[in-house]
Amino acid sequence: MEGLDLTPLKPVIERYIPLGRSGLLPALHAAQKIYGWVSESVASEIAKTLRIPLADVHGVIEFYSLFYNEPTSRHVIRVCTDVACALKNADGILNHLCAHHGLKPGQTKPDLSLTIEPSPCLGLCEFAPVALVDDQAETNIDLHNNTYELGRPSSRVYGSIRLLTANCGNGTTSLEKYGEYAGLKKAKELKPEEVVAEIKASGLVGRGGAAFPTGVKWEGAAKAEADQKYVICNADESEPGTFKDRVLLIDDPHRTIEGMCIAAHAIGATKGFIYIRGEYPYIFPVLENALNEARDAGYLGKDFDIEIRVGAGAYICGEETALFESIEGKRGFPRVKPPFPTTHGVFGKPTVINNVETLCSVPLIISLGSAEYRKIGTEKSPGPKLFCVSGDVEKTGVYEVPFGVTLRELLDMAGGVANSRKLQSVLFGGAAGAFATSAHLDVKMTFEDLRAAGLPLGSGVVMVFDETRDMRQVLKSLGHFFAHESCGKCYPCQMGSQRQKEILDRIADGKTVEGDLVRLQDVGWTMTDASLCGLGQTAASAVLSAMKLWPEMFQGSEV
Amino acid sequence: MEIKLTIDNKEVSIEQGKTLLEAARENGMDVPTICFHEATTANGLCRMCVVEVEGMRVLQPACIVQAAKDMKVQTRSEKVERSRKTILEMLASTMDLSDAPEILTMMDEYGASAERFPGAERRESEVKDDNPMYIRDYSKCLLCWRCVQVCADDAQYTYAINFEGRGFETQIGTFFEKPIPETTCVLCGQCVGVCPTGALKPKRQFMLEQGMSPQEISVMNTGRKQRKNKS
Repeated sequence: MEGLDLTPLKPVIERYIPLGRSGLLPALHAAQKIYGWVSESVASEIAKTLRIPLADVHGVIEFYSLFYNEPTSRHVIRVCTDVACALKNADGILNHLCAHHGLKPGQTKPDLSLTIEPSPCLGLCEFAPVALVDDQAETNIDLHNNTYELGRPSSRVYGSIRLLTANCGNGTTSLEKYGEYAGLKKAKELKPEEVVAEIKASGLVGRGGAAFPTGVKWEGAAKAEADQKYVICNADESEPGTFKDRVLLIDDPHRTIEGMCIAAHAIGATKGFIYIRGEYPYIFPVLENALNEARDAGYLGKDFDIEIRVGAGAYICGEETALFESIEGKRGFPRVKPPFPTTHGVFGKPTVINNVETLCSVPLIISLGSAEYRKIGTEKSPGPKLFCVSGDVEKTGVYEVPFGVTLRELLDMAGGVANSRKLQSVLFGGAAGAFATSAHLDVKMTFEDLRAAGLPLGSGVVMVFDETRDMRQVLKSLGHFFAHESCGKCYPCQMGSQRQKEILDRIADGKTVEGDLVRLQDVGWTMTDASLCGLGQTAASAVLSAMKLWPEMFQGSEV
Repeated sequence: MEIKLTIDNKEVSIEQGKTLLEAARENGMDVPTICFHEATTANGLCRMCVVEVEGMRVLQPACIVQAAKDMKVQTRSEKVERSRKTILEMLASTMDLSDAPEILTMMDEYGASAERFPGAERRESEVKDDNPMYIRDYSKCLLCWRCVQVCADDAQYTYAINFEGRGFETQIGTFFEKPIPETTCVLCGQCVGVCPTGALKPKRQFMLEQGMSPQEISVMNTGRKQRKNKS
């Protein structure tokens, strides 16, 4: 075998024995902390210790981008090459770094001192171009002046109101500064069903992208009979262009924890998970510290406690059922629904799973009361909303506004298009979203108005492209993203994301072949109509919207 | 209890709890399937059995979705046909279908062209001939998962095989690509039995197809014994 000394591994992974299969991802992370990668002997040891079939352990390592079964350094530089960073010469940075260290993208130095690889969106789009250097964010990389910032990323928070982001923008808010969990206190004075009724009355819908009514979700889980229920915070924020949850978690972790405590009280859950993407390592210690503060203060540890679970580089794990599979120590394949999480969630038990921003809205709703909360925003889209503004604007960052401001107003707040250029388009809702143009500037940003305009709100992405941008390159980037992130479970997405990528590559390179337009449409609609989960069903969304807006861009590819 | 629903504008009845696939087939209507097999857990992977159900946003896999009272189902709508045809064309551009006559027939039926995707990357790999019982030719694998499932909880509880890679790059494989004799495989042959495309094939069949005569194969199989007798 490869001759690695397993002595330091054994005591570390033995800690995960009580978790059984569910301990697999934590054990693999722990092993990589020691060796940088998971060798055959390390994988065997983990399989034996946790009593998991060898082939299954290998299958899990193979699924997640951040697990390596070939020699890889403990020091990894991951350069974001996704949409927002691509606008700022990400490929140039990757090539420069590689040339400097004598490596090719994805390669490791023979002495295992360094690995450099390209990465999908790192959720730091407001500081593009960026990289992740081990556990630190490298932001505002400027090759020309040879400058960058390294460490915990700062936060840029703007907007017309500061309710959800009241404690954001000045480093982590300690429990002392956050104050008592007033929302939780008030919730505990209410019966669980009264809490559910309050959330329902508030009109809160999920902020992760699917916009499902939160109160209805809670009601389902509250009514389900089971010996064990769970509350999960979905912090696997991986939608390209999305970074609001990162800011909420690192600057104000107690708001999310309080939201989870209220949810637990409402549905009768005793156990919670925060599933956070592996690309946010600088948030782990912040969260751990906040959880300890909450335990010391008696909010956690008695009738409800929360465990952190760390993802390992798989966009699909933001899909709720794939996230459950991942917590259970499996490949992140989305499940067939129904049954729904409210009755059959993680470990087959009733589960409420909510996005970070959704959970952050909960203490606010309970504190204000639903009637007061509904005065913010519009009648059909009540409440405050965070938008992630990136790309070609003067002031990128998280913007908190009431639902109902127009795209024009939001862009004005952000100082307009950068460098006094003209607006070409806006990617709404992320890679799984759709494009808007200047014709949409006066659309009110509410669920109802955006739907009428054919634009998805998604996770609140507003990525701006100025008049000089070649949208074909943007589409190419989106194509590569989905081909990389498809889990491979259902055929339409598994093969469709690959075929879509190939056609978009041809379009970007001006090398289309006869019939590409119809081909691209057929692949897009097949993924949209026939895929198993939300990833496949939206993998062609932006492309199909571009085909409608800019048919001339696809010229030369008609029959 | 029997329930009534409408499939392709025809009222049919079916026992409650059965799937749309059963409802269609038991009433003499055909819905094509690729990954579905009675002996394995249905996962809704291939999406060939998708149908349009009134009131549902996306197409529904008939192999999983339960028939419900008053459901209105279209099994050959324009959307359904486009999806099936495109899935077949993508399969043909991805893998070797030469040992999958049922799928080739489906391609004819849906007017699917094997050349629809020029320049498409294919999933190709070398034939793995590493054990006395069967060969593995993953160029012919369409990822129906049946082999992985019968090797695991659907039948044998052996867990010798699982997945490699992700997305388009997915392939069936063993722990660190070990040859079969070095895995937990007990050579039960059930994976070979459920493989729909000849990706898993009995060794003897493979050798016959390679042009070896039964006599040559027989000598190979008894060679060890003969040597023993000589000594």
